[in-house]
Amino acid sequence: MKRIYAIEAWCIDCKRCEVACKTFHSRSRDTVKAFTVEYPQPQNRVRVEGTRQLSVAVNCRHCAQPKCVEGCISGAMTKNPRTGVVTSDPRKCVGCRTCVSLCPFGAVRIEDVAEKGIAYKCDLCGEVPGEAGEPSCVAACPNRALIYVESEGC
Amino acid sequence: MLDYLLPRYKVLRDRDECVQCGVCERSCANGVHKVDEDLGRVTADHAKCVNCQRCVVMCPTTAIAITRWPQVDAGSGNWTLEAMQDIAKQAQTGAVLLASMGNPKDYPIYWDHLLLNASQVTNPSIDPLREPMETRVFLGSRPGMLKVNEREHVVMTPMPPQIRLDVPLMFSAMSFGSVSLNAQKSLAMAAKELGTYFNTGEGGLHRDLEAYADHAIVQVASGRFGVDPHYLNAGAAIEIKIGQGAKPGIGGHLPGEKINEEVSRTRMIPQGTDAISPAPHHDIYSIEDLRQLIFSLKEATLYRKPVAVKIAAVHNVAAIASGMARAGADIIVVDGFRGGTGAAPKRIRDNVGIPIELALAAVDQRLRDEGIRSTVSLVAAGSVRSSADVVRAIALGADAAYIASAALIALGCHQCQDCSSGRCNWGIATQNPDLTKRLNPEVAAERVVNLVRGWNHEIKEMMGGMGINAIDSLRGNRLMLRGIGLNDKELEILGVKYAGE
Repeated sequence: MKRIYAIEAWCIDCKRCEVACKTFHSRSRDTVKAFTVEYPQPQNRVRVEGTRQLSVAVNCRHCAQPKCVEGCISGAMTKNPRTGVVTSDPRKCVGCRTCVSLCPFGAVRIEDVAEKGIAYKCDLCGEVPGEAGEPSCVAACPNRALIYVESEGC
Repeated sequence: MLDYLLPRYKVLRDRDECVQCGVCERSCANGVHKVDEDLGRVTADHAKCVNCQRCVVMCPTTAIAITRWPQVDAGSGNWTLEAMQDIAKQAQTGAVLLASMGNPKDYPIYWDHLLLNASQVTNPSIDPLREPMETRVFLGSRPGMLKVNEREHVVMTPMPPQIRLDVPLMFSAMSFGSVSLNAQKSLAMAAKELGTYFNTGEGGLHRDLEAYADHAIVQVASGRFGVDPHYLNAGAAIEIKIGQGAKPGIGGHLPGEKINEEVSRTRMIPQGTDAISPAPHHDIYSIEDLRQLIFSLKEATLYRKPVAVKIAAVHNVAAIASGMARAGADIIVVDGFRGGTGAAPKRIRDNVGIPIELALAAVDQRLRDEGIRSTVSLVAAGSVRSSADVVRAIALGADAAYIASAALIALGCHQCQDCSSGRCNWGIATQNPDLTKRLNPEVAAERVVNLVRGWNHEIKEMMGGMGINAIDSLRGNRLMLRGIGLNDKELEILGVKYAGE
């Protein structure tokens, strides 16, 4: 499957990827509306960690044997066996945080967006859960610090 | 103490569009933007803005634009705001005013007064998409006569060393130190891909760029930084830099803070010391001295590399170029007064030198009159802005053109003229690792390659329109040019007829 890779040597901590991610995962797909009027606030799933000296965009690896799926108690976290895309279903998620503690990359986050916390993670910008799209973070990166390339394993 | 300076620019932020994402704050090395959570908006320290436009390009909602500071001048055509600000700055510091990039003053741009020809009826134009079109150029000396063994189909005359350019342009000298290694590497990668050359400038050849040495012109300047036999033999050609269009008669000064470990190793000078290039070469006080250096370099490279000599376009440029050709230069480079620089005294940049168009025409004519034009190649530099400028330069007599500002603009440069501060937000004119990593050479080289490929297509189109199918037939072909809005003297020096003639 194609995966997003972050190259820390070229990451410049601008966080345009975060803005693009948040916009894509909003209802309006409009940056201004996503940041100002939409409720619940849309969440970005990619996160730039670090400082201006050294930073990297942390993103879901869509592991071959994902720990988050293994540990999910409600069946919200699933890996599509055909595409390999790991997604979290907000309707099923109970916010138990097992996935957060199991993820070796810190790529899952719980956000208090409604009454309860819900697990959010990268879905490769698929229009349908489990299908990969054209990741908006990769398109927004000005320095090719995020690349979307074919990789081994599904 | 209160300085009497006004901000130069004002940051306009559309509050309807700004989402306070902070991309601008993180993109600005000058510390202009600040997401102020107390105020619930992004503020700007206008006085720090240099108009590099990084934030404008990076803003995800295009909420930012930069405008001039709205302060009106005193209403005097003489005491303009700029003139008064310069005085205020010098009254504060007592220092020489420093500036960067090319002469920005409103002098005539002769390129824009030269129109190109095209074929109609009496001779056919050529479609470069259907017919072969040659843009390959060889630079170097040429033998006075060519002996060919016609039976064996071999050239008998020994050929002097030459370099082959697949496109009629190269990237002019920008040293590692004045620009970042990523900037130099971007141009090196692009040069290799395009089949042309980049120029190391006077800062030596970084070991990471040795892989691109076949596409490097190694420069020997008055500071002799990074010069040793290995360096001279590594490149495809050697260039002796006598002068630079942006600052004729002036040396260079790279401040100690830019001499980090890598720059120090490449330049072969101690870390943290100022790199000072003297104004003259201390061993060149005459054409005869220049000949000694040219032949020293040829000896050092066993006569395998062409030696170029680069001068700034100044008043007696034609006579000097004639001397250079006679001194043994294989390639003569003339750099006009709009050529860029990483740092120059402002008064020098703005007031010294002459336009490349006039200098080029004068040099070509002089060498032709003296019957030595064919013994050397001639390269024009100093603000070649488009493929049309390249065509004009070649028609005025150049073998090829050097581009640098245009290549940097392809890398992201927005000509803010603040190179000397070392805070280039585009990662070009800086050694700050946070900033240099903003220039990914893979991305940057692609952009430069795109630019030059685009230009080369356009050059072929323009040549085809003229009914010319090889760049050799365009060289010095001033009948392909007509002047517009020029006086008789200008036409005479340029050697072109007026439009309609």
